[in-house]
Amino acid sequence: MSDAIIVHEAYKQFGKTAAPRWKHLFHGKNGSGSSPDLAEKSGAQENSSKGIVVALDRISVSIREGEIFGVLGPNGSGKSTLIRLIATLLLPDGGSIEVFGYDVVRQPVQVQRLINRVSVEASFFKKLSPMENLVYGARLYGMEGRETRKRVVEILTRLGLEERSIYKPMEEMSRGMQQKVAIARALLSQPRLLLLDEPTTGLDPRSRREVQAVVRELNRDFGVTILLTTHDMLEAESLCERIAIIDGGKIVALDTPSALKRLIPRNGHEPTLEDVFLELTGKKLVKEDEEG
Amino acid sequence: MSVMIREFRATYAFVERNANMVKRYWTWELVWMVYSIANSLSVSFIGLGMEQLGGGQNVDGRYLVLYLVVGTLVWRYLSLIFYWITEVISIERWEGTIEYTLMAPIRRITHMAGQTLFAVVYSLLFTAVILLVTVVLFHIDLSNANLAGGTVMLLAGSLSFIGVGVMGSVLPLLFPERGAQMTHVIIAMLLLVSGVYYPIDVLPTMLQKLAVVSPATYVLDGTRQALLAGTPTRELWPFIWPTLVMGLIAIPLGLWVFGQAERYAKRTGKLHRNG
Repeated sequence: MSDAIIVHEAYKQFGKTAAPRWKHLFHGKNGSGSSPDLAEKSGAQENSSKGIVVALDRISVSIREGEIFGVLGPNGSGKSTLIRLIATLLLPDGGSIEVFGYDVVRQPVQVQRLINRVSVEASFFKKLSPMENLVYGARLYGMEGRETRKRVVEILTRLGLEERSIYKPMEEMSRGMQQKVAIARALLSQPRLLLLDEPTTGLDPRSRREVQAVVRELNRDFGVTILLTTHDMLEAESLCERIAIIDGGKIVALDTPSALKRLIPRNGHEPTLEDVFLELTGKKLVKEDEEG
Repeated sequence: MSVMIREFRATYAFVERNANMVKRYWTWELVWMVYSIANSLSVSFIGLGMEQLGGGQNVDGRYLVLYLVVGTLVWRYLSLIFYWITEVISIERWEGTIEYTLMAPIRRITHMAGQTLFAVVYSLLFTAVILLVTVVLFHIDLSNANLAGGTVMLLAGSLSFIGVGVMGSVLPLLFPERGAQMTHVIIAMLLLVSGVYYPIDVLPTMLQKLAVVSPATYVLDGTRQALLAGTPTRELWPFIWPTLVMGLIAIPLGLWVFGQAERYAKRTGKLHRNG
């Protein structure tokens, strides 16, 4: 099976203007327009003293085509940054990312044609209806209006929306319904790779299950590769074939859910994914607290 | 699917979306229209006021009214185009949709073409309504005016304002909190030097030099020639070509500047922040 995503030594930092243009004359240029040496020279520890936040620290990972791959991590660990880099919304400061063989920096349009994204905020033109929002989104992907309108009704009713609500302003809908419209927007363009950035955060249990069912169906029936970030351990365990746990911009563990659970001692009971998560990402905090 | 069809559909996406926004925000559009009409009339009444203040001697009030009417209409049209284009980013920041639009597989020129197409049609219709109200209220006789020539001047002037608008639209991209407000500086400077409400001869020498590089100067002069003097369209060429040249420079330059700003925003993570 081929790789859908290959992330190689991806590095991203915030909090400081990227290297000025004149520096390229001396250091050469990578795809993002920054010096490749930057990533190698700057460790997270060194940068933090200069007010720089290292969001991703030379991460490497491959995600297979047709896989549901989960990324877990505390807030600010770099999950959304990874998603944004793959979605061409951020440029890496070092390393490379390929999506189905296309480089996200050098071939962004080719990548964009193959992907779509659902984020934690269902971002829409709130005064416009789901139909108006989705037709707008679909046209950006070159889709024709009449056929799109038919598909919008099909997908939204399949996701449990009443047909009359499809024509009402988004601002009159609940957050759960808005999130379903966001998923419909992503499905309309028939992506080969779907980036789900905490898609079920804030949803009620029923809506969460409906969204999870759609994710499974997309993967099973259409072979869509899915990269999912979530704080819901049960969701990650039930949906994902493999899970990476990120902390401080680094991958601290990557394996199947059952293999991850074998990483920590049993302590009288079968460890849960949450135990693994806390063990792998909580140590540093506990240590800092103790030192403080 | 051919690239042309895909890009055309993407262009139309922005036209349709903006039309839907205007439809949904119709009360705001009504308020904006009333404000614009009141504003234009207030400026135009200065012409009659000057006649009275000057005791009626050496002051042609009707000519002054026409002079100011043309100024307000042209300025309304050009500034509407400018603001619609600069809003290409700020409106999406406000709604939170900017990441979805910028990750769509479209060229930035297609993006701007859609926004521009809507801006030109909207601004023409909006200005036509103000013209109609002004003509009725001031009993303006347009029988000798070259309306077609005036429209040609406006369309020619649109090109350069599109380029300036695209350049201005990078401000909300680079400065999420106050970028939209910063675009007012550009329009205020153009208003100052372009002779909207007065001949540029009254300006200090330095500002007169700036007037030469403002496309609005030529649009205003040409439109006044067409509407006030009834100058035939072919004789408007001396006013048309400078605006076309400025447009041919400003549009590619604007797209290049926007491309650089987008790249900077993606490097520094400024796309995500909501202002």
